[in-house]
Amino acid sequence: MQNLIRFILRNHFLLLFILLEIVALVLVFQNNYYQSAIVFNISRNVSGYINTKTYSVRQYLSLREANTALHEENRLLRNELFSSYKSQVPPASEAEFDQIWERRYDYIPARVIANSVNKQHNFLSLDKGAVHGVETDMAVVSGNGVVGIVTGVSENFSTVIPLLNVDLRISSKLKDTGYFGSLYWDGMDPEMATLTDIPHHVILNRGDSIVTSGFSAIFPEGIMVGTITDFEIYGGNFWSVTVNLSTDFRKLNQVYVIRDLLRKELLELERSAGYD
Amino acid sequence: MIKILLRNILRIIVLVSFQVFILNNVQFSGYVNPYFYILFIILLPFETPGWLLLSLSFVLGLSIDLFSNTPGLHASATVFMAFIRPAVLGYFAPRDGYMPGTFPRIYYYGFSWFFQYSAILILAHHFFLFYIEVFRFTDFFHTFTRAILSSAFTLLLVLISQYFIYRK
Repeated sequence: MQNLIRFILRNHFLLLFILLEIVALVLVFQNNYYQSAIVFNISRNVSGYINTKTYSVRQYLSLREANTALHEENRLLRNELFSSYKSQVPPASEAEFDQIWERRYDYIPARVIANSVNKQHNFLSLDKGAVHGVETDMAVVSGNGVVGIVTGVSENFSTVIPLLNVDLRISSKLKDTGYFGSLYWDGMDPEMATLTDIPHHVILNRGDSIVTSGFSAIFPEGIMVGTITDFEIYGGNFWSVTVNLSTDFRKLNQVYVIRDLLRKELLELERSAGYD
Repeated sequence: MIKILLRNILRIIVLVSFQVFILNNVQFSGYVNPYFYILFIILLPFETPGWLLLSLSFVLGLSIDLFSNTPGLHASATVFMAFIRPAVLGYFAPRDGYMPGTFPRIYYYGFSWFFQYSAILILAHHFFLFYIEVFRFTDFFHTFTRAILSSAFTLLLVLISQYFIYRK
C-alpha cells in the first residue's frame, strides 16, 4: 500500500496526464457523433474479422459431418443415375415430351429505339408493344445479360426501366454458391452496379459470375448479370460487391422481352398463400 | 505571488474571450484556424507545479470547448501540450537553469529561445488537435497542411503579442 502511494506520488505528473487525457477523449467520443461512429466502425470491423476466423476453424472441425452428408448425397445421386435403372433403353424419342407443357418462357425480339445512360433515372424505349404481346412487368434481356423491366406498354411501343436506374433492384445470386442478394445501381458508373446482402462468410473471388436468382417472378433464373470486380464488408456482416455489368448499356440495340407463360399461375398461387 | 495569480486569472479570461469571440470566427479558406489561447500555457511561470499545470490546461481547453461546442477536443490537446511543456523547458534550459523571478518571455530569454520553445509547444498542440478532430489518416496530408499553416499563424500571433501587450 505504501509502495503504491509512493509510486503514485512519484509519477503523479504522468498519471494525472493520462487521467485527464482519458477524461477529455471520453468526452470527445461520447459527444461528437463523427468520432464515435468511426470508433464503432473499427470495433465492428475487428469483431467481423474475428468472426470470420472462428467460422473457418469451425468449418474445418465439422469437415467429418460435411463428408458424411456429401457421401449420402452421392449415394442418392448414383441411385438416380440412368445406369442404375433396370432398363438401359432411352426413351423412344424427344417427341414423347409434351413440348407446350414443358415450355415456360417465350422470347419476343425487340429493338431499342431510345436510350440514356447519363441520368439517375434512365429509361429505354422498345419498338414492340401490346400488339406483339408485351405486357408490363416482363423481363428484358440482351444477348449479354440482364437489361431491365417493362413498365409501360402502348399499342406498338413499350418503355423499360433498365438496370441503370436507381429505383430498380434485381434479386441476384452468385452462380457458384447460390447465395443471393439485391443488386442495384448507385447512379455513378454505367458499367458498375452493387450487390448487397451477401453474408460475409461467403468466399468471393474477383471474376465470379452473378446471375439472376429467379425469385422475383420476373426474370428467369440464371440470366447473366455481370462479374465481380471488387468487394468489401459493410455493416459488419455483409459484403458490398461491385459488379461489372455484362450488358453494355451504351451500345444496346437488340434485346429480348421475356414472357413467362406460367407467371399468372405463380402469382395467383403466391397471392392465395398471402405473399404479396 | 497574489499579483502573479491575479495576472494569470485575468489572462485566462482575456485569452478565452479573444479566442471565442474573435479568432473562432477567423477562417482563411478553410486551412487556417489560429488557436491563440494556448499562449496562456506558454506564459505560465517556470515554477508552476505539474499537477497545477495539467489541471489549468484542462480547464482552459474545456472552457474553449464549451464555447465552440466540441466537448473534450481542445481539452485533450491542451493537456497533451501541458504534458510536454516541462520536457521542452528542460531541453532548452540555459546552462545555469532558469533564474527565479523570471518568466518565459522574449524579454528575459531572448527571441531565439522563445521562438523555439513556443514553436514546439504550438506544433504539438495543433497536430494533436487537428488529428483528433479529423480522426483518420486517409487525408493525412490535407490535415498536415492545415496543422502546419495554423501553427505558423498562431506562432506569429504569439510572437507579436510579446512585443505588443507584454512589453515587459
